[in-house]
Amino acid sequence: MSEGIGQRVLRKEDGRFITGKGRYTDDIKQVGQTFAYFVRSPHAHASVNGINIDAALAAPGVIAVLTGADVTADGLGGLPCGWMIHSKDGSEMKQPHHPVLADTKVNYLGEPVAMVIADSALEAKNAAELVEVDWQELDAVVFAGAAQSATAIYPEIANNTCYEWSLGDGDAVEAAMANAAHVTHIEITNNRLIPNAMEPRAALAEYNPGSDELTLHTTSQNPHLTRLILTAFVQIAPEHKLRVIAPDVGGGFGSKIFVYSEETALAWAAKKLGLTIKWTAERSEAFLADAHGRDHVTTADLAMDEAGNFLAFKVKTIANMGAYLSTFASSVPTYLYGTLLAGQYRTPAIYVEVDSVFTNTAPVDAYRGAGRPEATYLLERIVTKAAVELGRDPADLRRQNFIGKDQFPYETPVALTYDIGDYEASLDKALDLADYAGFGARKEAAAAKGKLRGIGLSCYIEACGLAPSQVAGALGAGVGLWESGEVRVNPTGSISVLTGSHSHGQGHETTFAQLIADKLGVPVDDVDVVHGDTGKLDFGLGTYGSRSLAVGGSALVNAADKVIEKGRLIAAHLLRTDPENIEFEAPVYQMKNSNESKTFQEIAFAAYVNHDYPENLEPGLAEKAFYDPGNFTYPAGTHICEVEIDPETGVTEIVQFVAVDDFGNLINPMIVEGQVHGGIAQGIGQAMLEQAVYDDSGQLVTGSYMDYCMPRADDLPTFVVGMTCTPCTHNPLGAKGCGEAGAIGSPPAVINAILNAVGETDMNMPATPERVWALVQRSATKAA
Amino acid sequence: MELNLNVNGRNRSVTCRANATLVDVLREQLNLTGAHVGCDTSQCGACTVHLNGDAVKACTILAAQCDGQAILTIEGLSSVDGHHPMQAAFKNCHALQCGFCTPGMIMSAIDLVQKNDDLTEAQIREQLEGNLCRCTGYQNIAAAVAEGASAMKEAGQ
Repeated sequence: MSEGIGQRVLRKEDGRFITGKGRYTDDIKQVGQTFAYFVRSPHAHASVNGINIDAALAAPGVIAVLTGADVTADGLGGLPCGWMIHSKDGSEMKQPHHPVLADTKVNYLGEPVAMVIADSALEAKNAAELVEVDWQELDAVVFAGAAQSATAIYPEIANNTCYEWSLGDGDAVEAAMANAAHVTHIEITNNRLIPNAMEPRAALAEYNPGSDELTLHTTSQNPHLTRLILTAFVQIAPEHKLRVIAPDVGGGFGSKIFVYSEETALAWAAKKLGLTIKWTAERSEAFLADAHGRDHVTTADLAMDEAGNFLAFKVKTIANMGAYLSTFASSVPTYLYGTLLAGQYRTPAIYVEVDSVFTNTAPVDAYRGAGRPEATYLLERIVTKAAVELGRDPADLRRQNFIGKDQFPYETPVALTYDIGDYEASLDKALDLADYAGFGARKEAAAAKGKLRGIGLSCYIEACGLAPSQVAGALGAGVGLWESGEVRVNPTGSISVLTGSHSHGQGHETTFAQLIADKLGVPVDDVDVVHGDTGKLDFGLGTYGSRSLAVGGSALVNAADKVIEKGRLIAAHLLRTDPENIEFEAPVYQMKNSNESKTFQEIAFAAYVNHDYPENLEPGLAEKAFYDPGNFTYPAGTHICEVEIDPETGVTEIVQFVAVDDFGNLINPMIVEGQVHGGIAQGIGQAMLEQAVYDDSGQLVTGSYMDYCMPRADDLPTFVVGMTCTPCTHNPLGAKGCGEAGAIGSPPAVINAILNAVGETDMNMPATPERVWALVQRSATKAA
Repeated sequence: MELNLNVNGRNRSVTCRANATLVDVLREQLNLTGAHVGCDTSQCGACTVHLNGDAVKACTILAAQCDGQAILTIEGLSSVDGHHPMQAAFKNCHALQCGFCTPGMIMSAIDLVQKNDDLTEAQIREQLEGNLCRCTGYQNIAAAVAEGASAMKEAGQ
């Protein structure tokens, strides 16, 4: 079939987006809607001695002004963090109260303290300027590395430390280090990023006092989780009276997983005041108050024997949590980071310590890759540095230490068991596509025109498909991490597929339709995918961690299998035979040893227009499944970057970028390649352009697109994308997930290439022309 | 203030604040929500529309400046019998993911192609600097603009 599994089917959802008919939250307009604007802290750290709302209330169009004191008076719960981490001494992580609106103290720049509700957005914004807040500025703690020795932000949290976590066998690592022939040491930072989905966060809350129903349209990657938190923790409305809808969502990259103050305040205010209220973030607000990503400071040592075999890896990381624990923040530098430090290698002993600290900055949480880019960046930088120190080819040193393809399942020293992989296959394919062997000649040619040319590798692995619920629960996850799916066959044979996964650019409406069309033998156009609405779906855990196909897709496969089995019963009844005499070869139910058959469409019709069903056969043809994975999935691959640097200016051009990925089986290669492109673009952004910069007082220096350097079309090369395939062994699709790999694999490849060009081993991201120029000068000074 | 705008071929009279931007009027008063607002510094290009045949960022021009003039938005591109060749090229090349930047990107691309012949990939990438996309890495967008340019040429556009 030309549109089944593995085909490059054009996206079903594109029709509405290319015509301007997408329906994003801010596009939705309700009769009588009012508008909110948030009053935010202009300080990183300050006491709120009082708020005078009189002038704002008297301003034109203003309906209400609500403050943190109102939140406190109404007894709203705080915004919770869903993952409990224990310190190495067994104590629970420290979690400061995260208020919906700050009452007596603000802890980061941009933290909301009040909301103004007015008839128009402009009136709300103008009146917000009339809210008088009596601030008393306090010293700010800004940088992760300085947090533990600074004055405590929260009196009850010593050393501003959330937890001191560790994983692995520290004694084994120390013993191996002591006997190593060579130890490579590295000190690196992982630069703080701001996600910047192109659609800013927005929400529209409507309350119907007659039915006590509250409806929240919001920019969410997981509307059921939003509903659960607003219900069970913040206690705004009972779950059956709260409907959360995430309509078209303009990108997320992690930042729209979390439950934030603004959306929560909007839902609370709508119910409290009986209003319909809309809020759409300005981009400046997104910079200040969306959860940021990364922000690690790390030292590490890699021990090797004389032959270059990795013996031990020791890591100490300080991770910045920002001012509060965002929804999944605590898991990112621990179970999504420390567990990935084995990479693709057989390193027998690994020990990692992570101290997560509070600072007076915006909360930091999962951003595309979430922990895995930080692990990969560290590991692939230190492995390349080791190769340089040992005088080894970086590809050869990697190959020597790879887990062999016959060694799976492979249990790492950091709590994961990789089910399958073939790391040499992806390395070899990447070396071939990059013409690695011909690099020397290209370097010479570049030198002849005054350019420095360098090549860099990165062999990444990630753990996706979160997660086996039992494992996740044992590690501290507050929820199970399965996914739900439903296949509803209509009487005429068209199909509605309902999924708990959420698409905000990933193309589920096409991929999932392909999947079900292939299973049941119906045209893709006859399958529609429904997602993102708690009013339509039982429950779902949403989209993050490259889990949608591996977990959500697997649930749909199981639901479709149930539909096929139900159809078999109907076919057997219609053909007056036993179900075991019926074979299904999409789209036909065939009676064995007979010419008699029924099409899937005939069965669908018969399922609803039954007149003579036996007692044990229920009418209808709709089945649900909940799928809880047996393990994580482990996408892996090799990225190779080649750069040319102008030594006079430090301007670096990526002249070639090759990515070879093993995502297991692919449903739609066109969509997968698109995910890879986008991920690499964000990875190159991190490596060369992007950094969130706070000054010493906690003011955000990079607070707009004028200051925060987003990748633009002419900053990026044309990517060469290749695939290898070892199908995942434990889900019915053999799929691993592809959403984050680009952002995980690419940053170290870029930096390794720049360092290779200059002949250095240490630099920090982003590799701006100024930094690269300084690196060139440093290298030249040493050479002289 | 009272304005008369020709929007997608229709004459529309609107009453708006003197400081209303064009994108405010399109989205809030004319319910043309295809032009999106992705930033507040005129950097992202998600609001791009055509004013008298030129691409403009609708967040950076006052509606009052458009009085009596012709505006084309993404909604005005498609006819009943099909998509504009550039729209078709964006779908065909998988040049969009979340779709938020897409209307602005398409409107910029059409303007670019109408004013330049035989664009190279490097020229396309340079000329799209005013439109941010966070999803695609731009590779398929550049390919779509090239394909759309050929299709527009064939169609005599």
